[in-house]
Amino acid sequence: MSAVLQNLVNQPYKHGFITEIESDVAPKGLNESTIRMISAKKNEPDWLLEFRLNAYQQWLTMKEPQWPNVDYPKIDFQSISYYSAPKPKKKLGSMDEVDPELLRTFEKLGVPMHERAALAGVAVDVIFDSVSVATTYKKKLAEVGIIFGSISEAVHTHPDLVKRYLGTVVPVGDNYYAALNSAVFTDGSFCFIPKGVKCPMDLSTYFRINTEASGQFERTLIIAEEGASVSYLEGCTAPRFDTNQLHAAVVELVALDNADIKYSTVQNWYAGDENGVGGIFNFVTKRGLAKGVNSRISWTQVETGSAITWKYPSCILQGDNSVGEFYSVAVTNNHQQADTGTKMIHIGKNTRSTIVSKGISAGHSKNSYRGLVKIAPTAAGSRNYSQCDSMLIGDQCSASTFPYIQVRNNSAIVEHEASTSKIGEDQLFYFAQRGIGAEEAVSMIINGFCKDVFQQLPMEFAVEATKLLGFKLEGSVG
Amino acid sequence: MISPDSKLLLEIRGLRASINSIEILKGVDLTVRSGEVHAIMGINGSGKSTLAKVLAGHAAYEVTGGTVLFEGSNLFDLAPEERARAGVFLAFQYPIEIPGVANNQFLRLTYNTVQTHRGKDELDPLEFDDFVREKMKMLEMSPDFLDRSVNAGFSGGEKKRNEILQMALLEPHLSILDETDSGLDIDALRIVANGVNQLATKDSATILVTHYQRLLNYIVPDYVHVMEAGRIIKTGGKQLAVDLESHGYDWVSAEQRAAARI
Repeated sequence: MSAVLQNLVNQPYKHGFITEIESDVAPKGLNESTIRMISAKKNEPDWLLEFRLNAYQQWLTMKEPQWPNVDYPKIDFQSISYYSAPKPKKKLGSMDEVDPELLRTFEKLGVPMHERAALAGVAVDVIFDSVSVATTYKKKLAEVGIIFGSISEAVHTHPDLVKRYLGTVVPVGDNYYAALNSAVFTDGSFCFIPKGVKCPMDLSTYFRINTEASGQFERTLIIAEEGASVSYLEGCTAPRFDTNQLHAAVVELVALDNADIKYSTVQNWYAGDENGVGGIFNFVTKRGLAKGVNSRISWTQVETGSAITWKYPSCILQGDNSVGEFYSVAVTNNHQQADTGTKMIHIGKNTRSTIVSKGISAGHSKNSYRGLVKIAPTAAGSRNYSQCDSMLIGDQCSASTFPYIQVRNNSAIVEHEASTSKIGEDQLFYFAQRGIGAEEAVSMIINGFCKDVFQQLPMEFAVEATKLLGFKLEGSVG
Repeated sequence: MISPDSKLLLEIRGLRASINSIEILKGVDLTVRSGEVHAIMGINGSGKSTLAKVLAGHAAYEVTGGTVLFEGSNLFDLAPEERARAGVFLAFQYPIEIPGVANNQFLRLTYNTVQTHRGKDELDPLEFDDFVREKMKMLEMSPDFLDRSVNAGFSGGEKKRNEILQMALLEPHLSILDETDSGLDIDALRIVANGVNQLATKDSATILVTHYQRLLNYIVPDYVHVMEAGRIIKTGGKQLAVDLESHGYDWVSAEQRAAARI
């Protein structure tokens, strides 16, 4: 690999800093009393404590999955602290009251909240080390009946809704990490779009892990009632650490008849240094239930960080004519390992799903696409189209594709396409011979490769995603 | 065209170059002045394409000896992209495919990069669109070329036309056409040759690297050079290409061997 390419792919992590805010950290270890402590701290109702304890009991009987194409040292779940919250000095009524240090952190990350909120019209529900400390635009959203805030708050203000939907898409015993999350989740977002309401703005949450060695267990629940629609943005960066940090989030989406949920993620957790030391372990369960007829769930993700990524945003297409989409760019470099993809479960008639996955591997990294397309006997006339493309930069990295296809209805049509390409000396020479330097050439090739996915992102997120890949934006007009 | 007020564009003296430690160019001498068309002919493996790539700066080749002056300055002081900006253009024998990158975007970036280097204004996408469509007419290219990915899925002829289109956009001082005629049917050959002829100016020069005489029926060279085993072994006028076509390359080699014995 040429020296220029080496330099390009070895740029250090730009968001490595620790914010000094007083934290309220639970002692390390997990047992029933830890869970009772978390539940009590959050003043939760009994049903939620039961939910947690039930999950914990199931978790105890489960084993970590061994099938992903990743290697990492065994995690000692007893050496992790399961709760960490910034100590609130007082109840916050407005953005002005937010800890200035916290705001500066966001400034460093390039997320000027005030501007963001005001100019972009984005409501930012800021999650900082497990507890929401500020929520903006809530009132405006409330006018149209949208509930958007932290899930721990929603447990108190809208207990019926939370109780009705929590754990219905990802059951507490679904998998090892989902069970762990269900037992110890500290906070996350809750979003409810009532019947017939089109959410007037993109909803955005910035996640951030801050306290060293504190596990982060986010829980997000989004419900779109009949005819409702919402676009939800999740983005994250994390400070630099040497000890591995466990992140096991659960996201559940429910779309009723004719509802539409678009969920976009730009993920940039700390990936470890160039020798593979440190970095976030990201074990995420994301699933959407397209419950109603003509409903639609669309996942778009740009995965650039984490030492280990284990993540399969999925769609259960239960309603007739429902639609599921998965657009993904996964970039791995140095010693990063990603095993990511999706599951499309077709149950209703004439359900349709699209999968577009773009994997880019550089350095010594390992990048795998793993996807399941399942057509149930009931899913007459269903269709799936999958496209999985891999790009290699250099010759020390690897890319794998593991497509699983199960078709049990002979009127279904399933298509799968895959390709592997390589940024090579010849491509760069061609650009150079036309006056274009290596950096710009790589940027153009990568952007071209990821175009089908970036087009799915909301405008400002697409810009951020392009920056996150460390490359310049392509020409102002395509 | 050879003209009296021409200026020196390219002076190659004793050029040696290797790939993977195997010497391919073993002392090439060549002088090119503005307004001239040079044809470099020779059998496979004689070093023609290597010469083209070395001049453009392909990283796989190592220059081990000799000098090359381009417009009076050391060409090897410039990185490949700087050579391109300075006006050295290589039309590739096998143009590279770049999936996902739209041709119009690529063309505009290369055009604007070179324009900026020359201290001229960049064109915005709308202005560029008009400009490039005009150039495409000359090469009888359909506008849908612009929306397709660079060279991806292009036929051999389409790729070569796309190369000449880039030459038309960049207005190079020195154009090196590496086997541009290979893989072209007779109509495409006529169109491409026509384009090259229209682009010729008294201030620029062209080097055609080719196996066959047939391209030279359309683009008439001022000089024909025969390469063998990494050297130019014979230079003549356009008639030399015709003689080569009828007698074969062996004839020149034999002639050289005979001359060496004398």
